Amino acid sequence: MQRRVIFDNRALPYLLLAPQVAVTLIFFIWPAAQALWQSVHLQDAFGLRSQFVGLENFQAVLSDPNYLETVKTTIVFSASVTVLSLASALGLAVMADSKIRAASAYKTLLIWPYALAPAVAAVLWMFIFNPDIGILGRALNNLGYAWDYRLNDGQALTMVILAASWKQVSYNFIFFLAGLQAIPRSVLEAASIDGAGAVRRFWTITFPLLSPTTFFLLVVNIVYAFFETFGTIHALTHGGPGKATETLIFRVYQDGVVNHDLGGSSAQSVILMVIVIALTAIQFRFVERKVHYS
Amino acid sequence: MNRDRDTPRSGGRLMDMVPHLILMLGVLIFAFPIYVTVIGSTWDAATIGRGNLPLTPGGEMLNNYASAWSESQGNRVMHTPVRIMMWNSLVMALVIALGKIAISIISAYAVAFFRFPLRMVFFWMIFITLMLPVEVRIIPTYEVVANLGLIDSYAGLTIPLIASATATLLFRQFFLTIPDELVEAAKIDGAGALRFFLDVVLPLSRTNIAALFVILFIYGWNQYLWPLLITNSAEMETVVIGITKMIGNGEAATDWNLIMATTVLAMLPPVAVVVLMQRWFVKGLVDSEK
Repeated sequence: MQRRVIFDNRALPYLLLAPQVAVTLIFFIWPAAQALWQSVHLQDAFGLRSQFVGLENFQAVLSDPNYLETVKTTIVFSASVTVLSLASALGLAVMADSKIRAASAYKTLLIWPYALAPAVAAVLWMFIFNPDIGILGRALNNLGYAWDYRLNDGQALTMVILAASWKQVSYNFIFFLAGLQAIPRSVLEAASIDGAGAVRRFWTITFPLLSPTTFFLLVVNIVYAFFETFGTIHALTHGGPGKATETLIFRVYQDGVVNHDLGGSSAQSVILMVIVIALTAIQFRFVERKVHYS
Repeated sequence: MNRDRDTPRSGGRLMDMVPHLILMLGVLIFAFPIYVTVIGSTWDAATIGRGNLPLTPGGEMLNNYASAWSESQGNRVMHTPVRIMMWNSLVMALVIALGKIAISIISAYAVAFFRFPLRMVFFWMIFITLMLPVEVRIIPTYEVVANLGLIDSYAGLTIPLIASATATLLFRQFFLTIPDELVEAAKIDGAGALRFFLDVVLPLSRTNIAALFVILFIYGWNQYLWPLLITNSAEMETVVIGITKMIGNGEAATDWNLIMATTVLAMLPPVAVVVLMQRWFVKGLVDSEK
């Protein structure tokens, strides 16, 4: 889209763009280029010398069974977080959209968790599910279920999935509610007059009309599970026990910051960049198509 | 007669309750951890450490908040006083929010209201930042900031997070809806580009600015990985990082009372912002990301 009327000024537009372009070049383009450069080089431990090694870093990363294990953990983690938070948000949004009293009070009570930091959400969950001091953690143990997410792989993964999803529900809720409220009442009323029940109306009308929202949220949630949950995992389990809750981004941090393996960490960063670019591209193609329809 | 009801009248009473029950369950699941945390912040460390936290408030509330706020040491853990960490978080959130809004509103104005060589090159350069979240380029960005000598500084903490295409795109989209006639009229009146920006565009963008401010404030306040890397000194710690450092390994023998008080304090500002500015926040979210 272009506007017909514009201002004529030689220097001003460049001046207006300058701050953002400067920050983008220094803190986005340069580091990204450096990640690409480092991913095809091997550096010694002190970062003094480096040698071009082509795709060796990628080969090393992708043939490392540990890395593949991390990929698996990430897939299980992201898929669970996405499905769990989308499904519960949709359920809540449908309920809040029905004509009930106090609907706006419910909305306020449901959207504030958006404001919580993922790491703070992790602390809340830790305080409740800690096997020594947590109310629910102790209750589980008292019921005879050996609960200790600090020792048990499966329990640790469950914990981070629940804490990460819990925090994301409110975000999805806001979008689903906006999507639901955009559906014309007349369509639903017509179906109602034709004798379609609530469940049937949901699956044949509401759900298909929500599909653009759902698709958008799908992409956003995958990106959230990939990157923003670092705080949740770092605060709750530190990737442990062992490597049971180590996701791809956690590993970039671990290899780069803790183990000082710059080549390997950069190769992993590049792999993640490719994933984000693919996700963004898919999203934009889809959004564009949606615009054409409307 | 209530004709809007979705459910038929027969057996309607029970069906009417279902949404309430489900929503209440949802609210309960969100509220319970917060309730327990608030309760935890009113008891002494020993009571919590024994694992017998009552579900009613204790008498240590003032003590806990006062010592978390101003002292750097509990009985068992050392920590940066919360007032320092809250100040750092506040500076970080405000600089990120205001900085992002400032640089993206002027760059969007340049792209929307001028035609100049390399315009699309700049636009795409900004746009591509959407695909490079700080997490994926974390190590090289850290190196850049270290080379610039910005470790442990507010500049290092905030500037690398400031550029992002989302805000620019949102403003550009909004600017494109400003009618050409308005621009034409301003030009006939002899207003230049800067005058038009200050007198027309800026006032028209008020709602967008408010909406973005809420979202970006929360984004800045809740940052984790970046401050974890870029700050080493206790003086520069943000409150979200501070809490997890206080916890350590999550043993029972920690000052959980102080941690819970700190947690409550750490979530108050962003939650207050969301609840008080709900309308703008929802608008900004749905507009900017869709």
